[in-house]
Amino acid sequence: MVKYIGKRIVYMFITLILIATASFFLMQTLPGSPIASYNKLNDTQKAIVEKKYGIDKPKPVQYAIYMKNLAKGDLGTSFVFKGKSVNDLLAKRLKPSLILGAQAMVFGTIVGILLGMLAALKHNTFWDYGSTFLAILGISIPSFVFASLLQYWIASEWHLLPVGLWNDGWKSSVLPSLALAMGPLALSARFIRTEMIEVLNSDYIVLAKAKGANGFEIAFKHAFRNALIPLITVLGPLAAGLVTGSLVVEQIFAIPGIGEQFVSSIMTNDHATIMGTTLMFSAFLIVVIFIVDILYGVIDPRIRVSGGKG
Amino acid sequence: MTKILEVKDLELSFHTFAGEVKAIRGVNFDLHKGETLAIVGESGSGKSVTTKSIMRLLPESSAEYKNGEILFEGKDLTKIPEKNMQKIRGKDISMIFQDPMTSLNPTMTIGRQIMEPILKHQKLNKSEARKKTIELLNLVGIPNAENRYKMYPHQFSGGQRQRIVIAIALACNPKILIADEPTTALDVTIQAQILELMKDIQKKTDTSIIFITHDLGVVANVADRVAVMYGGRIVEIGTVDEIFYNPQHPYTWGLLSSMPSMDLEDQKLYAIPGTPPDLLNPPKGDAFALRSEYAMRIDMERRAPFFKVSETHYAATWLLHPQAPQVEPPALVIERMKTFKGSRYYVDQTGGTV
Repeated sequence: MVKYIGKRIVYMFITLILIATASFFLMQTLPGSPIASYNKLNDTQKAIVEKKYGIDKPKPVQYAIYMKNLAKGDLGTSFVFKGKSVNDLLAKRLKPSLILGAQAMVFGTIVGILLGMLAALKHNTFWDYGSTFLAILGISIPSFVFASLLQYWIASEWHLLPVGLWNDGWKSSVLPSLALAMGPLALSARFIRTEMIEVLNSDYIVLAKAKGANGFEIAFKHAFRNALIPLITVLGPLAAGLVTGSLVVEQIFAIPGIGEQFVSSIMTNDHATIMGTTLMFSAFLIVVIFIVDILYGVIDPRIRVSGGKG
Repeated sequence: MTKILEVKDLELSFHTFAGEVKAIRGVNFDLHKGETLAIVGESGSGKSVTTKSIMRLLPESSAEYKNGEILFEGKDLTKIPEKNMQKIRGKDISMIFQDPMTSLNPTMTIGRQIMEPILKHQKLNKSEARKKTIELLNLVGIPNAENRYKMYPHQFSGGQRQRIVIAIALACNPKILIADEPTTALDVTIQAQILELMKDIQKKTDTSIIFITHDLGVVANVADRVAVMYGGRIVEIGTVDEIFYNPQHPYTWGLLSSMPSMDLEDQKLYAIPGTPPDLLNPPKGDAFALRSEYAMRIDMERRAPFFKVSETHYAATWLLHPQAPQVEPPALVIERMKTFKGSRYYVDQTGGTV
C-alpha cells in the first residue's frame, strides 16, 4: 500500500509538470499582451517593460526560469497587481473558494445520498417520485439560475441572508454553497437511487434478510456500502464540476474567490496569475482523484491494492 | 415423529404487469423433526417460491398470500408481524442459497457476516461470538479459521463460499434449514463434499432440512422423503424409496424416465414433451395433463385429489381412482417398480409377479 501511494505521488508530480509545460506554451498563443496599451508604446519603451517582467528572453529560456521558480514553490509576480506575488494573491483568494467548494460538496453529497436512499427504499412511491423530481431539477437548472433565485427570494425578499460579498462570516457562504451544491446533490441522489435499487435486489441482501436483519440494518449495514462504489467514481469529475461551477457562482455573489480571480486574470492577460491558478486547479483535481482511488479500496475490498503481496 | 412445520393449503400469487401469476396453488406438506424433505420439480414449478414463502422472503410489494397457513410452533407464519418474523429468520429457520458467488456481501468480512445472526439472536458478546464463528468455520471445514475469518468473500473459492453460507445458516442452531439448490452452482466434486457436509451436520444437530433441487441424483443421496412439485402444486409425496421405486403420478414417471442411466447406454434419453403451464392462466384440471400421454378426459376438467398409496405415500392423479383404467407406466419405471415390494410389478426372487 505504501509503495502504491509513493508511486502515485511520483505520478502526480509528473502530471503536474506536464500540465505546467502545456499551459505555459498554450498561454503564449493567447492573443494580446500582458502589457496594457502595448500598441501605443514605442520599441524602446516595449523593450524596457519587457525586460522588467522578464518576457524579453526567448520562450525556452522563460520556460526554464519559470519551471526553476516553480520547483522552489514560487509562482512568479503578477503583471497586473504591481509587485504582488502570485502566491500571495492565490493564498488570499483560495480560502473563500475552498470553503464554498467543501461545503457544497459535503452538503450536496450527504443530502443527495439521503434522498437517493429514501427514493430506493420507498421505490415507486410518492417519496421516490418526489426525490427523483428534485434530482432532475438539480441537474437541469444551471447553478447560476438557482443562485439568482436564491438571491432574489432568500436575500432580497425575505432578508434572511446577505445577497453577496464575503464580509458576513458564515452567513455569506450559505447561499453560494447552496447554489453550488445542487449539482452534486442531484447527481449523487440519482446514482445512489439506481444503485441501491439494484443492490437491494441482490442475493446477499436476501441472505441478510434471511439472517433476521431488519430494514435499517439491510439498508445501511449491507446495501449502502455496495451502492456507494459507482458514486465514488463520479466524485472526482464532480469535484471538477464544482471548481468550474464556482467561477460563475462566485461572480454572481461577488465573492473574491479564486474563480473570479481566474476569469479576471485571463481578461487582463496576466500570464503569471493564469499559470498559477491553472496549476492550483490541476493540483486540486489530481489530489481529489488520488483520494477517490484510495477511497475505492477502502470501500470495496475487491479493488483494494495490495503492495507487493499480489 | 414430531411435526415441526405444517404447510396447509398454501396459495400464493404474484401481481405483475401481465396479471396475477398463481405461483403456488394449494400446497400441503409436513416437515418432521430431524428429517430431510426434498422438493423436486422443474424450473417454475414453485419449489423456491414455496420455501421463500415459509421465510417470507418474497417481495412484499408483489407477492400475496391468498390462502392457507404455515404453522411453525403454533404460529401461522403468514400472519405474524414482520418484527416477529425477523426473530425467527436466521434463528429458528435459516436458508442456504443457490449461488454462493452472489449470496455473500462482497464488502463485509466473512467473519462479520457469520457473526451477524449470532449477535442478533443470541445473548453473546463480541468475543464469544467470534469464538463461535471460528467454531462454525471449523465445523464447515474451512481450514485456518482464526486467520481467514477476517477475509472477504472474493478471497474464497465457490465451494468454500458455500461452506461459509452454510456456516451462516447454522450459526444459531436453526430448527429448520432450507437449502435452495445449494449444489446447483457448484461443480460435481464440490457438490458431493457439500452434500456430505450437510448430512454430517444434520447428524450432529438433528436439524430438519428442506432440500430443493431438480437433480434427482442429489435427492436419492440426501432425502428421507420427497415431494414432487408441478405447476405450483405438490403432485406426489412419499419416502424416497416410494418415489423412486413405486411412483404413481405420470409426471414423476416422466421425471424418472428422463434421468440418464448408466446401464441403458444405447437408449435415447427421454425428455418430457411440452413446456410447463402458464401460471397466469393455470389449467383447470391437472396441470400436467396437456403434456401427459396418460391423461384422461377428467384430467382436463377437474384437479385430482390426493389418493393414498400408503401411510406415507400420496399422489394426486386420477389414475389411482378405483374406476380409472389400468395403465402401463413407461418401461423404465416398470423396471424400477419390479424391485419395490408392494408395487404391482414387484418381482420376487422366484420370478413371479405378486
